[in-house]
Amino acid sequence: MTEGAFLDVRNLKIHFPTDDGLVKSVDGLTFSVERGKTLGIVGESGSGKSVTSLGVLGLHKGRGANISGEIWLDGEELVGASQEHVRGLRGKKMAMIFQDPLSAMHPFYTVGQQIIEAYRIHNKVSKKVARKHAVDMLGRVGIPQPDRRVDSYPHEFSGGMRQRAMIAMALSCDPELLIADEPTTALDVTVQAQILDLMRDLQRDFNAALIVITHDLGVVAELSDDILVMYGGKCVEYGTAEDIFERPEHPYTWGLLGSMPRLDREPTERLLPIKGTPPSLINVPSGCAFHPRCAFEERTEGRAQTEVPELLETEGGHLVRCHLPRERRRAIWENEIKPNLEAS
Amino acid sequence: MVTYIIRRLAAAVVLLFVVSITTFAIFFLVPRLAGMSADDLASRYVSKAANSQVIHDTATRLGFYDPILVQYGRFVKGLFLGVDRNYGPGIEHCPAPCLGYSYVTQNPVLPDLLDRLPVTLSLALGAAVIWLVFGVAAGVVSALRRGSVFDRISMGVALAGVSLPIFFTGIVSLAIFRDQLGLVGDVADWVPFTQDPLTWANNLSLPWITLAFLYAAGYARLTRAGMLETMSEDYIRTARAKGLPERTVVLKHGLRATLTPVLTIFGLDLGLLLGGAVLTESTFSLPGIGKYAVDAIGNNDLPQVMGVTLVAAIFIILANLIVDLLYAVVDPRVRLA
Amino acid sequence: MNLRSTASVLAVTASLALAVSACGGGAKSGSSSSGSGGGAAAGPSSEYNAGVTQVVNPSDKTGGTLHMGMPGDFDSVDPGDMYYSYAWNFARLYTRALVMFKPVPGKEGLELVPDLAESLGKASDGGKTWTYKLRPGLKFEDGSPVTSKDVKYAVARSLDKDVLPSGPTYFNDWLDTGDYTGPYKMKGKLDDWKGIETPDDQTIVFHLKKAYGGFDYFAMLPQTAPVPEAKDTGSKYKEHPVSTGPYMFQTHELGKRIELVKNPNWDPATDPNRKQLNDSVEVLLGQNEDDLDQRLLSGKIDVKINSTGVGANARKAVLTDPKRKQYADSAALARTWFANINGDVPPLDNIHCRKAVEYAADRSAIQGAYGGPVAGGDIALSIMPPVMTGYQKIDPYGVEAHPTGDVDKAKQELQACGQPNGFSTSISYRTERAAEKQTAEALQQSLDRVGIKLDIKPFPQGDYFKLYAGKPDFAKKNGLGIIVYGWGADYPEGFGFFQQIVDSRIIRSAGNTNLSVKDPEVDKLIDKAAIEQDATARNQLWSQVDSKVMDDAYILPYVWARGLFYRPATLKNAFISQNWGMYEFLTLSTQ
Repeated sequence: MTEGAFLDVRNLKIHFPTDDGLVKSVDGLTFSVERGKTLGIVGESGSGKSVTSLGVLGLHKGRGANISGEIWLDGEELVGASQEHVRGLRGKKMAMIFQDPLSAMHPFYTVGQQIIEAYRIHNKVSKKVARKHAVDMLGRVGIPQPDRRVDSYPHEFSGGMRQRAMIAMALSCDPELLIADEPTTALDVTVQAQILDLMRDLQRDFNAALIVITHDLGVVAELSDDILVMYGGKCVEYGTAEDIFERPEHPYTWGLLGSMPRLDREPTERLLPIKGTPPSLINVPSGCAFHPRCAFEERTEGRAQTEVPELLETEGGHLVRCHLPRERRRAIWENEIKPNLEAS
Repeated sequence: MVTYIIRRLAAAVVLLFVVSITTFAIFFLVPRLAGMSADDLASRYVSKAANSQVIHDTATRLGFYDPILVQYGRFVKGLFLGVDRNYGPGIEHCPAPCLGYSYVTQNPVLPDLLDRLPVTLSLALGAAVIWLVFGVAAGVVSALRRGSVFDRISMGVALAGVSLPIFFTGIVSLAIFRDQLGLVGDVADWVPFTQDPLTWANNLSLPWITLAFLYAAGYARLTRAGMLETMSEDYIRTARAKGLPERTVVLKHGLRATLTPVLTIFGLDLGLLLGGAVLTESTFSLPGIGKYAVDAIGNNDLPQVMGVTLVAAIFIILANLIVDLLYAVVDPRVRLA
Repeated sequence: MNLRSTASVLAVTASLALAVSACGGGAKSGSSSSGSGGGAAAGPSSEYNAGVTQVVNPSDKTGGTLHMGMPGDFDSVDPGDMYYSYAWNFARLYTRALVMFKPVPGKEGLELVPDLAESLGKASDGGKTWTYKLRPGLKFEDGSPVTSKDVKYAVARSLDKDVLPSGPTYFNDWLDTGDYTGPYKMKGKLDDWKGIETPDDQTIVFHLKKAYGGFDYFAMLPQTAPVPEAKDTGSKYKEHPVSTGPYMFQTHELGKRIELVKNPNWDPATDPNRKQLNDSVEVLLGQNEDDLDQRLLSGKIDVKINSTGVGANARKAVLTDPKRKQYADSAALARTWFANINGDVPPLDNIHCRKAVEYAADRSAIQGAYGGPVAGGDIALSIMPPVMTGYQKIDPYGVEAHPTGDVDKAKQELQACGQPNGFSTSISYRTERAAEKQTAEALQQSLDRVGIKLDIKPFPQGDYFKLYAGKPDFAKKNGLGIIVYGWGADYPEGFGFFQQIVDSRIIRSAGNTNLSVKDPEVDKLIDKAAIEQDATARNQLWSQVDSKVMDDAYILPYVWARGLFYRPATLKNAFISQNWGMYEFLTLSTQ
């Protein structure tokens, strides 16, 4: 969308043919991130956000996925590029931090070996140099006694330390695009905060474009400049962090905000969960995919059940995919949702 | 680690005693319970028209009139102190550990077993190398090309491999490769490696392949299943995200994790085989431990049966121990205590 | 075991089918080339059963190795410790006894000829003393001379069944041993023992407890092959028996392999019966029988060492393929398959009831059970096999005319027995033996025709004689009226065949070989035959034994056994020895 964005994804579709039918995990997604900026992608599990991130890294290539659209990374198109070329970029130019580092790191190799391996793939250096670099990186992500811990196995680390090690590994080649997939989900709340702080600091130091993928609006609130809300493989709302938190217009975003635990709330308060379950990606509900769970569906005069809503700009780069007229959405937010959230 | 090994070895000694007592009891108590007297037992080890004096003498020589505990005690004493035995013109000492003398051939058992060990070792180790290489390779490729023609063919062959008995595949392969095509030498001519390595390998090639076929099949299936599981692990995704070439991902990250359970099974299989590849040795007329065991059981030759059982048990126990130790080396999460 | 054998049958059938089809392909090209070449198609190179009556492929060429293969192992290769006929046959390659069977085809092969001795034994003292004189110039493999004392020592050591348990006990039973128990237990007493005397180095005199006319047959036993006392290692002697024959032990890997090479100290001038054609003889032991048969058929093995010839699987392949059948010989064995009729079990104590069984039995069906006329054997008319010395044809139950049984005669006998509607009894057989099971079933069916009902009771083979059928108390208590059995001769002469199975005085409490024959008349005939020194008269007596036991109806013989033997095209000087009931090993060569 923005000319000169470091990552520019246009109309990305990632479909998986299965025995049960075509799974449209990502179905026409468009977004972009600049250097030094952070995009938050939010949605429930199964909304397609992780598939998106793996798609950007090219990890679906050659694995039976139908991929279309465009992914421009630093002026280079990746969907049509060769697997080998994209592999060369992976880890070097774009790196990923996975959730649950216990399972995401190889149990049979030391943390150091895994960082060294990542570094040496993209840098022709000796093992010794690579090891020193690994120790440096571990120190940089705040691991105490990194020269000793470099020889530890993942299972010998605590959860937070492991996530730091994972970050160190991702950053080892100085990537310009960093994708963090649920970076704090498996961690204690206090550790979560430390990790988020760390990521913010590192992003500043490295001046990378950062994509944070999470189901937790609290995390994106801390980090993001822009926020993309996904539902059923599609973007349902896109805007700046301010847009999303102050003027959200999609009923699903409202639901996410309502179910967000906040430190400033009283512990006795109840969350406002979204009723129902995420949609099947094979038999996507007709019309608006969210309509079976939408509290305001009847206010669309039945259009929600039959017609797929367009993603339309509501103002200044704030996009919403909803049949409700803009005024009505704002009225509902102002009169029915916001007071409820604040009162609670 | 050292205390662990000592503890395991101590347990192994106890286990060996249990094995020996059980074997002894089966061969002595069961016929006694079936109503056989010492003379009846002895009459198994004399010629076809032996008179009662001969039978009585034989029972005396073999000690069948003694209480079973005394007989077992004699066996244990032989293990620790050796046995003195009258071979006719003189007395010879069978030094400890002495497994006694065969009731049928009157040969000392331990030298017999040691004599046959190289055959079984050659057979088992050679076959193991083949099945490990081919089984694992086929399993990896099948897993990576899941659903492909290669996968289907190799898994079909693997199914045949685990289902077909060795005396079938063995005899058929002999008929084809030796008798019809003349590709290999006379299998039954066992030639030690030290004597002529080429003939050794040539003569063992069919037994190796036949035996390996049986096992490779299982390993291919095991590896394939393991690879399919491992390749969907998160750390494989991480490895790919680091930009590792697919070969490195598969061989270094995928196979490494898959090989751990394969290694366990491999150790046990090899241990069992070293105790005698019974069917293979019988089919190919190889004079190894397994053939020896078959003959021993067929002849009701208790000292031979005891010897073979103990040797087999030792191999299995050792294999278990080595597997457990290796496991700790391979998988850093495992700590022995 | 059963499962395994069934499976291996399948395996071999499949592989033989493969082999046969492959041969079929080869034959096509062969016949076309011979068609164009002309002369090559001049009839078969060999004929089925040629080896039964004549020497096949006679040759005097020397050199090469004779490859022998064996499914199991010898009971021993120590001449003083062996009992199986193939072991005795094999032993003569490296040992010489006092006397031997003449190595020629046909009836002549039943004749005894002197081997170490200059002539057959000379009897004195009414047959209680037998004297042999050794040929001059006999040597052991190390060149030292063979003396009569070496023969005495060999026989003496064979008396000690503690050290050498496997051989026959004829010398223990017949020699005047006194208190002597052999040189191992009574060291240094050999010269004091007068059971055998050696007045000089060439002469040996045997003293018997009682007269025995057929002592030359004992002198034929490998136990009389000389053993040098200095080289005797007791139970370990089998590792290297010292040779007096044309070949000697080069290697004996126990249970695995034997290699014999030429004995440089064997002098053909002292040995009119043997040749030294092969450079060496190799025996592979412990071979998988199916595979061994395959290699025999393909000529990789020259001769198989066992007593029954090719196995059941290969037998089919041989008999159905004329190209193979021409190399096969169906050899009559000195063995009869029969059932004992137990007079201890009423109403079989009545001779007429026993005769009813003799008449009613369908011997033709049982012949099928044992493998048919070629591989199984001929329908037996009496107990004594026709290949034996002195056989005289008798057919007291009209079997030739009624091979499937004579129901009318059987009913008459039942009438005479007072059981006109038949009776019930049990029949036992050895579980592991399929042929015996089928035999029991065939008898059950054929006897049912006259109202004799049989209850079939299988018992394990290993303990058949020790615990079950061979234990008179057990047989009586369990009503085993008919006991399926069979017997082969130690040597093809009446005594070697009959004594163990019809002498009532050897019946003991368990482990019997005579399961039912109790007739004092028969015992008397045996004693008479034993002391008779005239062979013709002796044979006459054994024939009477045969006839008397048949008349007593204690034994129901049904099959005179045969074995199917195979001689590859490359095997020279091959013939079936009527004495051994297999190929004569002494003459075989490959060049």
